[in-house]
Amino acid sequence: MSGTSMNWVLALPEIALSVCGMGILLVGVLQRRDTFRFCSMLTVGAFLLAAVLVISTGQGVGYRGLFTDDAFSAFVKLLVLAAAALGVVVSLDYNEHANLRRFEFPVLVLFSTVGMMLMASANNLMTLYMGVELMSLSIYVLAAFARDELRSSEAGLKYFVLGALASGLLLYGISLVYGFSGGMGFTELAKALADPAHVSPGLVVGIVFVVAGLAFKISAVPFHMWTPDVYEGAPTPVTAFMGTAPKVAAMALLVRVMAAPFGHLLGEWQQLIVLVSVASMLLGSLAAIGQRNIKRLMAYSSIGHMGYALIGLAAGTQAGIRGVLVYLVTYVFMNIGTFALILAMRRRGRMVEGIADLSGLARRDPAMALGLAVFMFSMAGIPPFSGFWGKYFIFTAAVQQGMWALAVIGVLTSVIGAFYYIRIIKVMYFDTEGEAFEARPASLSFVAAAGGIFTTFFFVFPAPLVAAAELAAKALFR
Amino acid sequence: MNAAGFPLLSLITWLPLVGGAIIMSVRGEEAVVASNARWTALWTSLVVFALSLILWVRFNQADGGFQFVENAAWLPQWGISYKMGVDGISVLFVLLSTALTPICILASWDAITVRVREYMLAFLVLETMMVGMFCALDFVVFYMFFEGVLIPMYLIIGVWGGPRRVYAAIKFFLYTLAGSVLMLLALLAMWYQTGTTDISVLLHTQFPPAMQTWLFLAFLASFAVKVPMWPVHTWLPDAHVEAPTAGSVILAGVLLKMGAYGFLRFSVPMLPLASANLAPLIYALSVVAVVYTSLVALAQTDMKKLIAYSSVAHMGVVTIGIFTFNIQGISGALFQMLSHGVVSAALFLCVGVVYDRIHTRDIARYGGLADRMPRYALAFMLFTMASVGLPGTAGFVGEFLVLVGAFKVSFWLALLGSLGMILGAAYMLYLYRRVIFGSLTRDDLKSILDLSPREIAVFAPLVLLTLWMGIYPSSFTGFFDAAVGAMVEHHQAALVGTARFAQILPAGGLHP
Repeated sequence: MSGTSMNWVLALPEIALSVCGMGILLVGVLQRRDTFRFCSMLTVGAFLLAAVLVISTGQGVGYRGLFTDDAFSAFVKLLVLAAAALGVVVSLDYNEHANLRRFEFPVLVLFSTVGMMLMASANNLMTLYMGVELMSLSIYVLAAFARDELRSSEAGLKYFVLGALASGLLLYGISLVYGFSGGMGFTELAKALADPAHVSPGLVVGIVFVVAGLAFKISAVPFHMWTPDVYEGAPTPVTAFMGTAPKVAAMALLVRVMAAPFGHLLGEWQQLIVLVSVASMLLGSLAAIGQRNIKRLMAYSSIGHMGYALIGLAAGTQAGIRGVLVYLVTYVFMNIGTFALILAMRRRGRMVEGIADLSGLARRDPAMALGLAVFMFSMAGIPPFSGFWGKYFIFTAAVQQGMWALAVIGVLTSVIGAFYYIRIIKVMYFDTEGEAFEARPASLSFVAAAGGIFTTFFFVFPAPLVAAAELAAKALFR
Repeated sequence: MNAAGFPLLSLITWLPLVGGAIIMSVRGEEAVVASNARWTALWTSLVVFALSLILWVRFNQADGGFQFVENAAWLPQWGISYKMGVDGISVLFVLLSTALTPICILASWDAITVRVREYMLAFLVLETMMVGMFCALDFVVFYMFFEGVLIPMYLIIGVWGGPRRVYAAIKFFLYTLAGSVLMLLALLAMWYQTGTTDISVLLHTQFPPAMQTWLFLAFLASFAVKVPMWPVHTWLPDAHVEAPTAGSVILAGVLLKMGAYGFLRFSVPMLPLASANLAPLIYALSVVAVVYTSLVALAQTDMKKLIAYSSVAHMGVVTIGIFTFNIQGISGALFQMLSHGVVSAALFLCVGVVYDRIHTRDIARYGGLADRMPRYALAFMLFTMASVGLPGTAGFVGEFLVLVGAFKVSFWLALLGSLGMILGAAYMLYLYRRVIFGSLTRDDLKSILDLSPREIAVFAPLVLLTLWMGIYPSSFTGFFDAAVGAMVEHHQAALVGTARFAQILPAGGLHP
C-alpha cells in the first residue's frame, strides 16, 4: 500500500469509537432520567467493539501517510482499550457515591481514548499533536470533574496550565524539527535523517523539545512536578485512569517517535533518555518514602515505573522496545488493580486516602489485603509476580547493550523502592487493627481480581504476551 | 522421563501450594479454622516428606550428574525453560527442607494462636519456594524461587515475631533483596553470553576471565548476604531474635544454606578462575566471621542471639570449606551445612521450648533446669555437643573434613578456622551451664514442665539424625561424593585450561 492513498478503512476502530461516543452523548442528553450507569456500560461496549475492530483491521499506511496501522499500534491500542474499559468500571461506584453521576464522564474517557489510539497510530508529527491534544483536553476536564470540590478544581487547573505549557514545548519542538529537516511525516523524516553526520544542532534542539513535551505526559523527571498534586486532587477514578491508559499511550508515542523518524539519531538522544530515566527512578524511589497519602505515593511510584520503562527505550533496540511493552502491560494491570482497592477505602460514606488507614487490614479484610500485597510485591519487582517480568525484560535489553551503569542504578533504586512498597504491606499485616471499611462493591472486586490474577499468574504463560510484544517491537524496526 | 517415572520434583515442589489452597478455602469459626489449618498443613508437609523419601531411595549415588530431570518449554525463544532436577549436591537439601517443614509446623502447634490459617499458609508457600530453589536447573527458575522465599519469610517475621519484628522484617527483606538484584544482572549477562539460562549448559561454559570476576562479585553480593558472611551478617541476629521459633528454625536450617548452595552451584563451577583468584578474599571474610562472631556470641545475654551468632561462625567454616576446592573441603562444607541445618534448627527449638513456658530468652532468667526438665536437658546437651563438634555427633564430621581441606590450602587458614571450634565450645558450654545447671532460684522455674509428648515427637527425629550423621556419616556423604569429585575435577581442568590458554597468548595478554 502506497503512502499516498487514503485507505480510510485503517482508522475504522477510531471512527467507530468516535461515532459510538457521539451516540452515547446523544443518549445521555435526550434521556431524561439518570443515565450514568447505562452510558458507562455502553462505553465499555464501545471499547469492546473497538478492540474487535483493532484485531480485524489490516495493516498499512493511510491518509496519505498521516496514519499507520502496524503490530505496534495494534498492541498499544488493545492495551489502552483494556485499561480504559477497566477505568470506566472502576469509576461506577465512586461516581455514584461522590455525586458525580453524570453521563459525560464515560464519554470524556471515551474521547480521551480515541486520542490515545490516534497517538498509537501517528505517522506524522501533526497526527501526533492532534492525538496528544484530544487525549489531554478530555483529561483536563476529567481532573476537574468534581467541580464543587476545591482540590479537584485545583488539580484540573494545575494540570491544564502545565499541560498547555508542555503542548507549547511540543509544538515548538515540532516546528524546529520541521524547519531543520523539511518534513513532518515519520517516513520522510527517517529518510532525511538517515545520515547522523549531517544533522544540524537546531534539529537536535527540536528533538529535545519534543521529548520534553512527551516526558510531561508520562510524568518523567524533570517534568513530573504536576503528578503528585494532580493525582491527589483529581477524583480517584480519574487518577486511576490517568495513571494507566494515558501513560501507555504517551510512552508508546515516545517510543515510536524515537525509534521511527529519529531512529538513526540514537547517538544524539540516547543520553537524554538515560538522564531522564535515571532521574525518574531516583526521584520515584526516594521521594515516595516520606509520603503519607496513598494517592501521592502512587504518583511517585508511577514516576519511578516510567523511569524503568525508559531504560528499554534508552537501549534503543528491538529487545528494549519489547521490554517497554511488556513492562507497560504489567504496569497497567497492577496499577488499575491497586486503584480499584484504593477506591474501596471508604468509611462511613467518606473516602480515606492515608496509608495509615490501611492499618491492620489483613485481619478485617484478608482478601483486600492479599490483593494489595500482591500488587505491592509486584511493583517492587519480586518474582514470581508480573512486575518482576517487566523488569526482567527491561534489564535484559540494557545488559545486551552493555549499559551497565544504567542497569545497576535501576536495580538499586528498585531496592530503595521496595522499601515503601513493603512498608504498605507492613501497615496492613503487622500493625494493629483499625476501623473497618465499608463493603466493597462488586465492580471494584472484579477489577482488583482481574488485575490480581493477571499479576499473580502471568509467570505461568508469559510466552504469548512476550511474543506479541516482540512482534510489535519488530514493526518499528523495518 | 526420569527415575521416578513421573514428575516427582514438580510434585514435591508444588504440592504444598495445594495444601495452601485447601487451607485458604476453609471457612467458619476461628477455632475450627485454626485446627483445620494445623492439620492440613501437617498432613500436606508429611505427604511431601514421604514423597521426597523416594529421592532418598531412588537416587543413583554413583552418578555425579543431574537426575530426576524434568524439562518443559516456558519461554523457548529466549532460552528459558522450566527445568528441574537434582544432583548429589542438592538432593539432601531438598530432603532437609521437606523434613524440617513438618517439624516446624508441629513446633508451632500451640505457640501460634493468632492468625493460624495465614501462618500455616505462609509455611507451605515457604516450603514450595525452598524445595523449588534446590531443584531448579534453570537460572531464571532458580532466581524466582530464591527471591520468592522473601515473601513468606517477611510475613512470618513481621506478623508473628517479637517486639522489634517490623524492624527485623524490613531489614531482612531489604538486605537480601539488595544482594539478589545484583545477581539478576549477572544472570542476564550470562544469558547474553550463552543465549540460555539452563544451568547444566552454563556449568560447561567458559566465561572470559574479566567477565568472571564481575560475575563472581555480583554473585558474592547475593550469596554473602544469604549465608551470611561478615560484614553483611547483621540482619541475621535481628531476624532470628524477632522471628517466631519455627521461623528461626527454617531460617537457620534451610535459608542460610541457600547462599552456600549458590556458591556451590554457580560461583565455583561456573566461574573457576575468578573463584580461585578471589578465594583469599573469601578466606579472609570467613576467618573474620568465625573468630569475630564467636567472640560476639560469647558476650550475648539473649539465647537466640547467641545461637544466631554461632550460626554465622559455623557458616564461616562452610565458606572456607567450599573455597578450598578440594574434595575434603567441599564434602566437609556440604556435611557441615546439613548438620548445621539439623543442629541449629534443634537448638532454636530448644530455645522455643523454654520461651513458650517462661516467655523470655534472657539467659540470666534461667538456671537449674536440669532438676525439673531432665529430658529437655538431655536433648539440649546432645545438640550443644553437636554444635561444639563432639566426635560421634553430626557437627564433628563436617568441621573435621573442612579443616583437613583447609590444611591442604594453608596451615594458617586451618589454624584460624579451628579457633572457631574452640571458641564454639566456650560459648556453647557457657550457655548450657547457665541455663541447665546451677540452682533453681526463681519461682516460675520451680513449676516448669518437662517436654510434652508433642515436643518429644518434634525432637526425636532431630536427635536420631544428629546421632546418625555423627556415627555413620557415609549414608549421607555417599550422596554427594560423586558430584563433589566431578566438581573438583571440573574446577581443576578449567584452571589448567585457562593456564594453557594464557601461555598461548603473548605475555600479559590477559591483563592489557
